[in-house]
Amino acid sequence: MESMVEIRKVNKYYDDNHVVKDLDLTVGKGEFLTLLGPSGCGKTTTLRMIAGFENPCSGNIFVESANVDNKEPYERSVNTVFQSYALFPHKNIYDNIGFGLKMKKESKSEIKERVTEMLKMVQLEGFEKRMPNQLSGGQKQRVAIARALINRPKVLLLDEPLGALDLKLRKQMQIELKRLQRKLGITFIYVTHDQEEALTMSDRIAVMEHGVIEQLGTPSEIYEKPVSKFVADFIGESNVIHGTVTEILSDNLKLKTGKEEILAINNGHKPGENVFVSIRPEKIRFSNKPVDSFSLTAIVKEHVYMGSMNKCIVMIPSGRELKINRFSGEELPAVDSKIYLSWAPEDAVVMVTKPNDVNDQAEDIHLGVTT
Amino acid sequence: MKINKKIGNVASIIHASIIFIFLYLPIIVVVAFSFNKSKINIVFTGFTFEWYGKILKNTRLIDALENTVIVAIVSTLLAVIIGTLAAVGMNKYRFKGKKVVDALLYIPVVIPEIIFGIALLALFSTAKLKLGLGSLIVAHTTFCIPFVVFTVRARLVGIDPHIEEAAMDLGAKRIRTFFEVLLPSIMPGVVSGALLSMTISMDDVIISFFTTGPQSTTLPIQIYSMVKSGISPDVNALSTIILIVTIVVVILSQSRMLRNIKKK
Repeated sequence: MESMVEIRKVNKYYDDNHVVKDLDLTVGKGEFLTLLGPSGCGKTTTLRMIAGFENPCSGNIFVESANVDNKEPYERSVNTVFQSYALFPHKNIYDNIGFGLKMKKESKSEIKERVTEMLKMVQLEGFEKRMPNQLSGGQKQRVAIARALINRPKVLLLDEPLGALDLKLRKQMQIELKRLQRKLGITFIYVTHDQEEALTMSDRIAVMEHGVIEQLGTPSEIYEKPVSKFVADFIGESNVIHGTVTEILSDNLKLKTGKEEILAINNGHKPGENVFVSIRPEKIRFSNKPVDSFSLTAIVKEHVYMGSMNKCIVMIPSGRELKINRFSGEELPAVDSKIYLSWAPEDAVVMVTKPNDVNDQAEDIHLGVTT
Repeated sequence: MKINKKIGNVASIIHASIIFIFLYLPIIVVVAFSFNKSKINIVFTGFTFEWYGKILKNTRLIDALENTVIVAIVSTLLAVIIGTLAAVGMNKYRFKGKKVVDALLYIPVVIPEIIFGIALLALFSTAKLKLGLGSLIVAHTTFCIPFVVFTVRARLVGIDPHIEEAAMDLGAKRIRTFFEVLLPSIMPGVVSGALLSMTISMDDVIISFFTTGPQSTTLPIQIYSMVKSGISPDVNALSTIILIVTIVVVILSQSRMLRNIKKK
């Protein structure tokens, strides 16, 4: 894939705060890439450095192989959609959208033609004379997108553009944005803390934490094969269990976790290693009798009704609670019944522990003591 | 219960009336006596416009008015430019000692005018600046700047800080961004800062008294010296004219503000 934006060894400090650490990232032409992470993970700072609002303390950024380090925001062929929309409050919708062309000193007729085209694209025909404060959140969002796209940027940067919208409108705009991106073929770099949004829209996701990319991959790679406890926890729901590798079986490995022994897929781990295992709630199977390969006994604690999905919380002997998800209509074990849990070893992803995961191990021990 | 409520209502009306009488009675007296035929302010002997005609012929008053207007306009203009830039800069940048600069901006507002006046006079005489319209303008600009900074900053707080970035992102250079996007957004703050400055400049007595020269008396100082020898009816007439002008300006600016609010 041809590269559009390249970030090379970029660091950013605010005083003593190291917000982006040795970041390396290549975004392909026409790609929809999402920077996903909790607030303060450096995702917005990264976006702002691409836009030119912030300068990296070290490292380089390239757009279409050209170094943009010393270029002002108005010299870069990227445009930004802000979370707050940042519409010009004293200009009407027509002038807001036409602003970029006016700055480029395009002719009045050219501006009119292209603004009209943009208004049509975002389905806001007839709104030319309205002022921004007369629009709803969704409409403002569309104006912000039209205003950024009218300059025909090579890259569109979107900083949590749907953050201020209600859930229903957000879902609708997600689909619209994705369609727009496919139609225009423009590279989108999208910042969000909403993992569902990232999974829905992106070609690739870069999961960030503490200024570092934890994992970069397609939505299904990120969801199915998280590389760290953080990613497993942050993306979707997961049961993350801490354990020690006891035995290597050909493709799988045996782990001891508290009082239980479980099976998981082997990614080249060694006996004695401390690891985390992530099992998605929908991958856990249950039955009334023990299963051949391995099974955990568990007591069903409660059912949680969630509409299209139902959740069941069970407790294993060590006192740890696990979540099981099923679509509504599918069977869930009765409350207080004793069941046997199992899973396909390939659905249990093993991840290495990191120093900052120590707290979570302590939490494990604590849970064990209380029961 | 019902009677209690009634008494409460009556009491609150009386209370409000007393406040308004207290506030406006002196002003009404001034206006009324400006049309009084008698030279003495105590008895009303008949209706006349005589005093209004008399002011127009009083060249000292007219000169003083001219000085006042020149000083007010020029110092307001200077204060608006300096104050707006200061407010924008203070709002945008983080720097060492910002809190100190912030506090220093408040000080001209709170220190007694008489001290400020003496200080300016001392400064001007040390700098060998001739007292006159020039020194008056410098003095008025100095004490008007904080008011502009306050009103503009109050406006800036409510403005999305990203609009400037958005403008630059869309191709506007920094100066263009300021004039196209930022300035129009903070305009209401700039205008109210200007109105405030002009009002304060026009009725300032104490600081002007210290910083003016013999040839550049302002209207408030002139009135003050006229009153020294007893309140004459022409002072009443002059006060009435100033009052009307002030009320018109207030009504105009208020209705403008109301219209802006309604638009939203």
